[in-house]
Amino acid sequence: MDRAQRSDSKSIFTLPFILAILAVLALGFISLATGVYDIRGQEDGMQMFFITRLPRTIALMLTGAAMSISGLVMQLITQNRMVEPTTTGTIEWAGLGLLVVYLFFDSPTLVMRMTGAIVFAFGGTMAFFLLLKRVRLRSSLIVPILGMMLGAVVSALSTFLGLTFNLTQNISNWFIGSFAAVQIGRYEYLWLIVLITLFIYLYANKLTVAGLGEDTATSLGINYNKTVLVATALISFSVGIVTAVIGNLPFLGLIVPNLVSRFRGDDLRSNLPWVVLLGMGTITLSDIISRTIISPFEVPVSLILGTVGSFAFIIILIRQRKAR
Amino acid sequence: MNQEIAADGKLNNEVRTAKAFRSKKEEKRYWMLLIALLLIGVIAAYGLLVYNNPVPVDSPSFLPVARRRMYAVVAMIIAAIAHSISTVTFQSITNNRIITPSLLGFEALHSTIHTSLLFFFGAQALINFTGTGAFLFQIGIMVLMCLLLFGWLLTKEQGNLQLMLLIGVIIGTGLRSLSSFMRRMISPSEFDILQSRLFGSVNNAQTEYFPIAIPIVIIAAVLLILYANKLNVLSLGKNTATTLGVKHQPAIIYPLVLVSILMSVSTALIGPLTFYGFLIATLTYQAAPTYDHRYLFPMAFAIGFAIITLAYFLMNHVFSGAGVVSVIIELFGGLIFLFVILRKGVL
Repeated sequence: MDRAQRSDSKSIFTLPFILAILAVLALGFISLATGVYDIRGQEDGMQMFFITRLPRTIALMLTGAAMSISGLVMQLITQNRMVEPTTTGTIEWAGLGLLVVYLFFDSPTLVMRMTGAIVFAFGGTMAFFLLLKRVRLRSSLIVPILGMMLGAVVSALSTFLGLTFNLTQNISNWFIGSFAAVQIGRYEYLWLIVLITLFIYLYANKLTVAGLGEDTATSLGINYNKTVLVATALISFSVGIVTAVIGNLPFLGLIVPNLVSRFRGDDLRSNLPWVVLLGMGTITLSDIISRTIISPFEVPVSLILGTVGSFAFIIILIRQRKAR
Repeated sequence: MNQEIAADGKLNNEVRTAKAFRSKKEEKRYWMLLIALLLIGVIAAYGLLVYNNPVPVDSPSFLPVARRRMYAVVAMIIAAIAHSISTVTFQSITNNRIITPSLLGFEALHSTIHTSLLFFFGAQALINFTGTGAFLFQIGIMVLMCLLLFGWLLTKEQGNLQLMLLIGVIIGTGLRSLSSFMRRMISPSEFDILQSRLFGSVNNAQTEYFPIAIPIVIIAAVLLILYANKLNVLSLGKNTATTLGVKHQPAIIYPLVLVSILMSVSTALIGPLTFYGFLIATLTYQAAPTYDHRYLFPMAFAIGFAIITLAYFLMNHVFSGAGVVSVIIELFGGLIFLFVILRKGVL
């Protein structure tokens, strides 16, 4: 099946892909039209539209792309399908970074918080990868367990700092990803994700080869360590930015790439557009649900992702077992 | 059945060479360490009871103060028993010394129960959610969840412990996002009530739970200790244990249920302590150079008791940070966890 699809995947724009684009665009329009404020009836409706609605939908699209790409790249590097920013502790590290910034500065700017999150996410993810390299694993299922335990250690540290300096409610609020606060002037850094995506796209072939393992990659003429380092830096950038601007978005990076590779195999470059698109669609849909389910209030989107995502994760796990 | 395995897999009953320790020296060291640790625990517990007690012993108000402190010590003993025995058992069954049963999301379930009470029925309901019925209800739910998980995953053909563990962890994550969502919707003052319930603290332990909690913990612990011979075999790994005549799947479900009971009681009583059990188990393997659970269990308890009493004594009376003991234990346990992984190199 993979082969057959590969032969005509020279052009990305196959019929299913175009349909998927249309579906995501439709979701985008629904997202733009969803909200309590009546943008057509009120005089300042259009102004409102550009202040909150449009930024929110753009933020959704960018974030969805960022998280699912991060998951995909992580899965390639670790050669493990169960890995993504939530199961490697990356998000907990980013949160610790945020907290540390709050400790040192009174009212940190967004750039400061982002920098903290990115630096810590990078350090933490690198540490995790090094750990995986040093440890011989008996089962691939251990990797996410180990990552989550590491995440728990990091959040214990965050909790300790939070309790000592009275920041716990801040932190636990922070850690629920929500797009409610997105408006003009608050989300623009997410545009950096476009750059990161481009980078990953250009780097895709190298990453695919690196995904074959250190020995194979080296004999194929790839500087393995450098590739992993660059990839981790790119992931940390996107996760750090998303954590600082939006918050924690669990399982997105796990479900989307798994779904895509189920249908399309493992070629990063031709899968990337699909992963981006599906990520955008999933998070936009979740956000629409989160805004309508108890309208006029809204539920943080991470609740929906966390609950639905954990179920999807379990289904993926069991399916994978049965396939063997 | 028990008889066959009693001699650690040796069939020859006349010349029993398979002792629990490699040499007399190691055995002596074991007993000395055990006694020393128990002494430390007892002294620290005694210190917790009387040190810096503002009321003189002969005053009539001495008793209430001492009683309050004694409840805390009892809670510590319960925590030490539950975590030490359940973690050692769990690691032997899973044949993996990195894993701890607290990963299975007991704490997430615990906080979901409390948060949803507050969320759906208000602060008054949470305050009223005490007493025997509430306690048993909570434990019942937790054990039921575990039974479903174990029964569903382990009795199947492709029954797999790692898969079960991972699914437990994921369910925990799902519940956590559910409860943290609900927590977001409540006012800060209600959040304060909830927070005091959610962080593990022996001072939170409701004393009216003791009459039920203590027997449950003791019975479960004794049953596991009686199961020590089988655990010895199970800790050799699934293949070896099967070769030695143990039906692996039924043999692990029984201790897993007991572990889930111990963990549920401890979590309901004292709150979540993710790395406490791990810390105990790791130190136990260092202190007791044996694979015999009849010796591992007492050492694990002694270590757990010494750690928790000493931690509370130091934090209460030496450093003034009484509120964060459990977090400190978590941090320290977590660091040891990292250290162990790096040193062992195998998972």
